[in-house]
Amino acid sequence: MTTSTRGAARVPAVLVLEDGRIFRGRAYGAVGETFGEAVFSTGMTGYQETLTDPSYHRQVVVMTAPHVGNTGVNDEDAESRRIWVSGYVVRDPARTPSNWRSRRSLDEELAAQGVVGISGIDTRALTRHLRERGAMRVGIFSGDAVRDDAALLARVQEAPQMKGADLSAEVATTEPYVVPAIGEKKFTVAAVDLGIKGMTPQRMAERGIEVHVLPATATVEDVYAVDPDGVFFSNGPGDPATADHPVSVMQGVLERGTPLFGICFGNQILGRALGFGTYKLKYGHRGINQPVQDRTTGKVEVTAHNHGFAVDAPLDQVSDTPFGRAEVSHVCLNDNVVEGLQLLDKPAFSVQYHPEAAAGPHDAAYLFDRFVSLMEGQRA
Amino acid sequence: MPKRTDIQSVLVIGSGPIVIGQAAEFDYSGTQACRVLKSEGLRVVLVNSNPATIMTDPEIADATYVEPITPEFVEKIIAKEQPDALLPTLGGQTALNTAISLHENGVLDKYGVELIGANVEAIHKGEDRDRFKEVVEEVRRKIGHGESARSYICHSMDDVLKGVEELGGYPVVVRPSFTMGGAGSGFAHDEDELRRIAGQGLTLSPTTEVLLEESILGWKEYELELMRDKNDNVVVVCSIENFDPMGVHTGDSITVAPAMTLTDREYQILRDIGIAVIREVGVDTGGCNIQFAVNPADGRVIVIEMNPRVSRSSALASKATGFPIAKIAAKLAVGYTLDEIPNDITQETPASFEPTLDYVVVKAPRFAFEKFPSADSTLTTTMKSVGEAMAIGRNFTEAFQKALRSLEKKGSQFTFVGETGDKDELLREAVRPTDGRINAVMQAIRAGATPEEVFEATKIDPWFVDQLFLIKEIADELSEAPELTAALIAEAKRHGFSDQQIAEIRGLREDVVREVRQALGVRPVYKTVDTCAAEFAARTPYFYSSYDEETEVAPREKPAVIILGSGPNRIGQGIEFDYSCVHASFALSDAGYETVMVNCNPETVSTDYDTSDRLYFEPLTLEDVLEIVHAEQQAGPVAGVVVQLGGQTPLGLSQALKDNGVPIVGTSPEAIHAAEDRGAFGRVLKEAGLPAPKHGTATTFAEAKAIADEIGYPVLVRPSYVLGGRGMEIVYDEARLESYIAESTEISPSRPVLVDRFLDDAIEIDVDALYDGEELYLGGVMEHIEEAGIHSGDSACALPPITLGGFDIKRLRASTEAIARGVGVRGLINIQFALSGDILYVLEANPRASRTVPFTSKATAVPLAKAAARISLGATIAELRAEGLLPANGDGGTLPMDAPISVKEAVMPWSRFRDIHGRGVDTVLGPEMRSTGEVMGIDSVFGTAYAKSQAGAYGPLPTKGRAFISVANRDKRSMIFPARELVAHGFELLATSGTAEVLKRNGINATVVRKQSEGTGPNGEKTIVQLIHDGEVDLIVNTPYGTGGRLDGYDIRTAAVARSVPCLTTVQALAAAVQGIDALGRGEVSVRSLQEHAEHLTAARD
Repeated sequence: MTTSTRGAARVPAVLVLEDGRIFRGRAYGAVGETFGEAVFSTGMTGYQETLTDPSYHRQVVVMTAPHVGNTGVNDEDAESRRIWVSGYVVRDPARTPSNWRSRRSLDEELAAQGVVGISGIDTRALTRHLRERGAMRVGIFSGDAVRDDAALLARVQEAPQMKGADLSAEVATTEPYVVPAIGEKKFTVAAVDLGIKGMTPQRMAERGIEVHVLPATATVEDVYAVDPDGVFFSNGPGDPATADHPVSVMQGVLERGTPLFGICFGNQILGRALGFGTYKLKYGHRGINQPVQDRTTGKVEVTAHNHGFAVDAPLDQVSDTPFGRAEVSHVCLNDNVVEGLQLLDKPAFSVQYHPEAAAGPHDAAYLFDRFVSLMEGQRA
Repeated sequence: MPKRTDIQSVLVIGSGPIVIGQAAEFDYSGTQACRVLKSEGLRVVLVNSNPATIMTDPEIADATYVEPITPEFVEKIIAKEQPDALLPTLGGQTALNTAISLHENGVLDKYGVELIGANVEAIHKGEDRDRFKEVVEEVRRKIGHGESARSYICHSMDDVLKGVEELGGYPVVVRPSFTMGGAGSGFAHDEDELRRIAGQGLTLSPTTEVLLEESILGWKEYELELMRDKNDNVVVVCSIENFDPMGVHTGDSITVAPAMTLTDREYQILRDIGIAVIREVGVDTGGCNIQFAVNPADGRVIVIEMNPRVSRSSALASKATGFPIAKIAAKLAVGYTLDEIPNDITQETPASFEPTLDYVVVKAPRFAFEKFPSADSTLTTTMKSVGEAMAIGRNFTEAFQKALRSLEKKGSQFTFVGETGDKDELLREAVRPTDGRINAVMQAIRAGATPEEVFEATKIDPWFVDQLFLIKEIADELSEAPELTAALIAEAKRHGFSDQQIAEIRGLREDVVREVRQALGVRPVYKTVDTCAAEFAARTPYFYSSYDEETEVAPREKPAVIILGSGPNRIGQGIEFDYSCVHASFALSDAGYETVMVNCNPETVSTDYDTSDRLYFEPLTLEDVLEIVHAEQQAGPVAGVVVQLGGQTPLGLSQALKDNGVPIVGTSPEAIHAAEDRGAFGRVLKEAGLPAPKHGTATTFAEAKAIADEIGYPVLVRPSYVLGGRGMEIVYDEARLESYIAESTEISPSRPVLVDRFLDDAIEIDVDALYDGEELYLGGVMEHIEEAGIHSGDSACALPPITLGGFDIKRLRASTEAIARGVGVRGLINIQFALSGDILYVLEANPRASRTVPFTSKATAVPLAKAAARISLGATIAELRAEGLLPANGDGGTLPMDAPISVKEAVMPWSRFRDIHGRGVDTVLGPEMRSTGEVMGIDSVFGTAYAKSQAGAYGPLPTKGRAFISVANRDKRSMIFPARELVAHGFELLATSGTAEVLKRNGINATVVRKQSEGTGPNGEKTIVQLIHDGEVDLIVNTPYGTGGRLDGYDIRTAAVARSVPCLTTVQALAAAVQGIDALGRGEVSVRSLQEHAEHLTAARD
């Protein structure tokens, strides 16, 4: 059971990593216990978007920015219907939110949604630990859940791993729904929801696209039932190696040559559909300051990332795939990780990062325009 | 794309003297830029008139011109050096304006010099208010966000009055175009204020243009620092939020990085606007700063302004993030793109990213209103602070309280004991933004104010207000706890409480609290500023303290030397001390030590992570320094701590550090005491047989009168235990002595007043010297232009001395050596002498690096601070001579006959201040130092050097026109010869009746003009003040009678400041100016680089 920490801000809490390192702090949000994969996010703004991003399902998110909750929680910025993180780690939570759009405090929101958190720990030390040792399982315990350290560690080590986790279905919509175009409708897009963020259909709708959001379980037939001008595969949580169903749906789309765009998980699925492998990064990319180079223009864009897995494709050569020639279109300049793929003979491309940018900079918004022009090209 | 190959040499323009609004940050950025350009294999030509800068060190550029930054002088340099390109964006508004002038008068075209890092069109679009408004409108059309405050452009007072009607009435903001640091801007609440502020603004603006704007007082204020490369890649380096809402100049605000109270959506809107603005303005490569106001009620965003160049804020942003904006701007200017430049700190990732912070940075401004008692201390849109301190913590409260204690000013830290005063009264006080408003707010909170009341009074964002309440609640816990537990102390420390604050709250001694804390194991750890919130490993040890869990200080093997810096710039302790610290770091690094710098001033070169092996960005208090020493001792051997180069701040800590077992190198704390304590120093002088002016101490008027009667008027009076000449005054008669004692609040039985004989008409002499215990190296002898009694920091001086002979130098050398030996100096000593009649009096001795060390070093081409640092660690002068750090033979007292003459001139901040009635403040020099900076003029003869110093400080001396002369009776004799010279040079003389009479009797014609007190004449004859305002006077000579009070010359001198007419307030300055005018009149004044001067000197020495 979980209860709010409001008014009891000094309930002790313990964070236990699977390798035995322990941090002691105070409960934040709900009191109780939680488990997940410990990852850190370096964004200085946008905690509300982060918390509600379905890609963070089953992850305990460590915020490197010390002050969290300053602008409270509003009714507009959530990226989905609920908070998905399984746990939340902050250093200095706000006591009084301040923003003209704020409706309630983050502390209240976390407690109301039963999200167990911890505050007041050395988040930088924890981040450095994760950087050196890699993302790993973690547990947060507060209130009655606190026991002796050995017992807590044992519980953490029993928790499921992220590698091999198939989670899309847990976060995606179960029923199809439509996001209408804003202004004149120009295109119809079938968007396969693997954990889609609200801003993605919004960005498409702004460009005259009527977006049919389909469950993760949608089949090729379901996709073409909406008579799409283009097909979109969203971001989402879990290990892409398990996503056999979306991979086969995408292959169906590629066979038909419908314009295709993928983001994040969608990029990994395109990679697999083309025959590339995927692998788990040591500690992933999570933040809103990552430099990505568009290799077609040479320009650098500052982008929002949230991925723990990446596509294994050759950087400096064109690859032959069952669907024609493919190349790596975008690369992260920090570490040369593949950040985008495109087919040279078919209208299909994807990026590993988040052009919908909520939270994050809007530098990559042009990719939605690129998708639109692919659909225009197909029509012409 | 690699760097451009068509540029082989670049001219860099510095920012000149330190003034309010343009300070050491441009030395930091210029030094970085020069180093980058040089390392790219380019020939770097530099011009900067400020000798107290690292950038003008001969090794930083290939040809360094310490010459006035005026279009005329820079053209001479261009003609001589023929550079391919000019980089104008790193020397503040001064450099930018000079470059624009050179573009507009065709000089750049004539010599084929390309402007890089900026284009003229972009500069105009960014700085011209009208055109910037168009930029913002265009941005709104493109991206749907951003607008300008509704405004009205005016070129005359009629326009101004019409403008107010158009905007719907008062209050309105007045902003003159093209002025530096917002000079001349302000809020007008009624027509009187409007006429005054706008009238002055029209005068100050080089384009006679002011902007009237709707009031957005109380809105939230933000800044973004952006960089763009030639491929149109743009990054936002840093966001800054002002704690003080709109209405206070950002340089005077407490500011916080990153922004604390924006959602991502709101932040991204600012970012989108910023990027669209930089593109629309067309800043091709380099950095810029954009300021925004955000309405707290609905998020409406107004774009206030942009600076298309490196600014004070970009220096702050560089220090706050570890992203070196100036360095990268220089690389972009020569053709690199952001993705081609590595991030220094991670070394593996590129610069084309946006730093992310896992800490909070707070900057707090340092004011000097105590130096200008008549100035209005209300903070406005005109910058008034003279310096700043920055602090880093893992949360806001920690950084904020560290920043306040870094200010090193009595009462700057929050206090939680004693009576608070009346809540309503305190809240009323908090409405008016001032230096120290934050303390009034804290007292109001203690007195029971609610968060809503505090917000209502101050419009400080409720999140920040809550942080103040948090601090107050911790203070309550400290006060109420039965005992100090580890948990409680740790909690207080995490919110930035100093041992001293805890001690005050608990009624304990600070050292007791420290002992308890350390015994309980509560000690800080040191975290790294790494640009990436630990995502990647950092290679640069740039540290800040925090009461967190894990420290990042790595073990080391080489012995470390810890150098204590000088803290925030203030009047009396400026960039000169940073210069010496940086030199120590370089010299000791060369000598094989690991150098560790401690400082909290973000403007400086010392706080560049490139300067020392390790940098601790920390307050310079005993507590903070002791913890750093402890951390470094844990990391490896510590050879010692250098305290004598950073001015009074570290010097003041030396005894306490030693008492705590810290090894102090160089001059010992006991020796420092021997020089600073009057009694002890008197004994040193007595033993050496050296005279000091007669003096005594008094605690009452009767005692003071008795002393003054005995030694004779005039007397120099000052409170004891003050620095920088604070409260010092020359008293000419008994009546003033009585009122001085009555007015002075700092005099009490435990704090007596010092009464010294004032040496009227004495020549004041400054000596900088090195002493190693055996040998003396006379660094340089400076002869002041102004007589003794003007603070040495405000006085112009010449090196070598222009009227002293070999015998005098011999006496000075012997006296200096006797004092250095008697005190026990190991390193630098500065002594002030007065030569009166034929007696050489010792005024004071400072056993530390003085303000003049950089000037002396440059004038004699000898790195004195480097030598001092080495002597501190045991090297002898003989060894340093053998090594080549000091000349093999001779010293600064034995300069060859044809050595160049260097003149130092002080730069005063008069134009920055108004009294509460809006009038200027008086410009008379006195024993209390008030200058903010200095320039140097160097040439082969005194007259030219003096003329250059004036051109660098205040603008060129006139060579013809009308000179107004009005002098005090005691100066009338000595005025006659220079006045005659002025006439000989073709000047028309104006004078008030008394002065005119004296002139006429000596056969010099002078037109009598009306005094201000006489008013306009019957036929409309203008008073002298009106003539000055109307631009009909080219040179003003006005020496005051006595000091203090409202004097006749006040209106004349303030008018001179307002109209930027050269105004000489001593006859000695007049005599020097006449020599300068003579030199200018005789034709070609040439320019010569320091390297050429040095070569010449070295050749002459051998």
